[in-house]
Amino acid sequence: MIATLFATFQFDYNTRVVVTGTALLGLASGMVGVFLLLRKRALVGDAISHATLPGVAAVFLVATALGWNAKSLPILLLGAAISGIVAALFIVMLRAGTMLKEDAVLGIILSVFFGIGTALLRIIQQLPTGSSAGLESFIYGKTANMIAEDAYLIGGAALVVCSLTLALSKELKLLCFDTTFGQSQGWPMTLLDLVLMGAVVTVVIVGLQAVGLILMIALLVIPAAAARFWTHRLSKMLIIASLIGAVSSIAGSLASAYFPHLPSGPAIVIAAAILFLLSLFFGSIGGVLGQVVRRRSHRRETNHQHVLRGIYEILEARDRAPLQRGLLRSDEISVQALLGTRSWSLSHVRKILQQLVARDYVVAHSPELYTLTASGIRAAISATRQHRMFEFYLQHQAEISAAGLDRTADFAEHVFDDDMVAELEQIFASQLAPFEVPPSPHPIDGVGVPASFRGGAM
Amino acid sequence: MIEAHNAVSPAIAIRDMNVAYHRKPVLWEVNLEIPNGTLVGLVGPNGAGKSTLLKAIMEMVPVVSGEIKIFGSTFRKQRSRVAYVPQRESVDWDFPATVLDVVMMGTYGRLGWCILPGKREKQRAREALAEVGIDHLQNRQISQLSGGQQQRTFLARALVQDADLFLMDEPFAAVDATTEKTIVDVLRKLQAQGKTAVIVHHDLHTVPEYFDYIVLLNMRIVASGPMATTFTQDNLQRTYGGRLTLLDEIAEAIRRRGSSG
Repeated sequence: MIATLFATFQFDYNTRVVVTGTALLGLASGMVGVFLLLRKRALVGDAISHATLPGVAAVFLVATALGWNAKSLPILLLGAAISGIVAALFIVMLRAGTMLKEDAVLGIILSVFFGIGTALLRIIQQLPTGSSAGLESFIYGKTANMIAEDAYLIGGAALVVCSLTLALSKELKLLCFDTTFGQSQGWPMTLLDLVLMGAVVTVVIVGLQAVGLILMIALLVIPAAAARFWTHRLSKMLIIASLIGAVSSIAGSLASAYFPHLPSGPAIVIAAAILFLLSLFFGSIGGVLGQVVRRRSHRRETNHQHVLRGIYEILEARDRAPLQRGLLRSDEISVQALLGTRSWSLSHVRKILQQLVARDYVVAHSPELYTLTASGIRAAISATRQHRMFEFYLQHQAEISAAGLDRTADFAEHVFDDDMVAELEQIFASQLAPFEVPPSPHPIDGVGVPASFRGGAM
Repeated sequence: MIEAHNAVSPAIAIRDMNVAYHRKPVLWEVNLEIPNGTLVGLVGPNGAGKSTLLKAIMEMVPVVSGEIKIFGSTFRKQRSRVAYVPQRESVDWDFPATVLDVVMMGTYGRLGWCILPGKREKQRAREALAEVGIDHLQNRQISQLSGGQQQRTFLARALVQDADLFLMDEPFAAVDATTEKTIVDVLRKLQAQGKTAVIVHHDLHTVPEYFDYIVLLNMRIVASGPMATTFTQDNLQRTYGGRLTLLDEIAEAIRRRGSSG
């Protein structure tokens, strides 16, 4: 990677400028893309970028007919901008003025404009004079064809878009989150919507040469989507998306420079897709790996609570329930006794017990006999207490029948966070001393006569 | 109490207002006066135009005819004195923001273009969160909130606006009992400070308990006035019972003629 970067600086001036220009484009694209995604308008961006083709081709034809330099980038981009904006107006008009829904409108605009553009392109290719070689780069992107002046234009426009987006970040946030509320405060929401779409159109237009109109949507959407896997904060999402956009653009244009036949658009998209996949798997927010790890540790914690409660309940049935204070070790419990408390296999119970030994909750006296340590006693008391408080809550406030209590509580209690536990504690604060374990409201399977049927209910 | 405020302009005064969406009439000939310092329940069946009435007051829907005065002047001039609480379901709660971020949006109107909220705004937002009892959730992701917590977040956002008139669209819809009590407490506190609140409400049982003024709406104002004299069986019957099918049909016909001609 570092070697690659070094190699960049050994490139000629032109390549360096082009790479810098596309990097700025990626930066702007990532940033604007965040708001486009949050506004749920990603497909509008796609339709507009496809709709630029007829403008580019038409301007090329006109310029050729007038004898101008038809390959001048500013002229071609002007054509792209005009047809992009016309398409955007059509989208707005069809959406507001007919009963057509947005997806149908976008499908029509995208395909019709792109179709007309393709037809015009064929005409250009058949012209005796005109070579259309330059125009193909607008479809798939070709940074290798870019000259320094093009890159200045692209980079400059990207910088303008970035500054505008940052300056209006508060207003755009309001637009994307709660338009009606923003309106009630007097913000011109329609104008802000236009500013956002204008920024999108600008990025799309200046991105045509580097990324191409078919794949431009990728540079808008993928960095923003990938960034969502790393943060819940809009400010951080803007930074991450911009970086992903910039890095993908640099990687793609470098790849296109190394391999002359590789269009830069697909290269940029592949680079962005790799970063997206990495985010999808390793992202700290909802990343697949994180989810697997969390689910595993949650299952482990659930198992631990079940065994600790099982031990407590067996001891309780023998009238030997350990107390919070004054005990270094509980009585011994056999694996066989635990096995009867719920439907789990011998090897499963042994595995969990080993994990509890590793946590210093349990001491093994033999492969068959275990005792709780002082901290194990604390954990067992708290697990049992919480379980039973929840059972009482279910029974008396949610009116769930005694028969289903244990299962329901089991099913639901392991998602408790600290707030919910505190709420439960608060409900029972007047009835239970701290660390007191209430009697079970129902007979407990596999441990004999429950204490509650001797001691009376709460 | 209402007499005592006679000297000042009413919080809301609407005269002969008609509202149409895409040319389809939604509200007919609304005449309404909301006295200062009242807690107003806005009640009516589904599709009665309750949300539309709130939006019309804030000039967010096109008003065909009529006149709306807020504290004796236009909404535009009084905008900073009005706080709006939209329906909770109207936004996407997966949006990347914390509770504090959302509450601070209430300060945006005061801040003006391009200026980001600072320490003072943050402090005010924290106070508002404490008022609705969820200051411990200030850094929580809004996607992790329960329905009641979402509603409290929206309420806090309105509180930081330091408004005199609050327009709330179904703040009690599908919230837990604790949240409901918190909202009622906040409303009472607002009233004690002389503020006015108009609240779209669905649960008729709690209407007389929560509010002291009522507006019964079904495409037109059926009745409005102090709770004791207006919240009657007869008025409720007229609001909910007789469905005005003819008004509905006419509205639909006007819409169709509008779009074909």
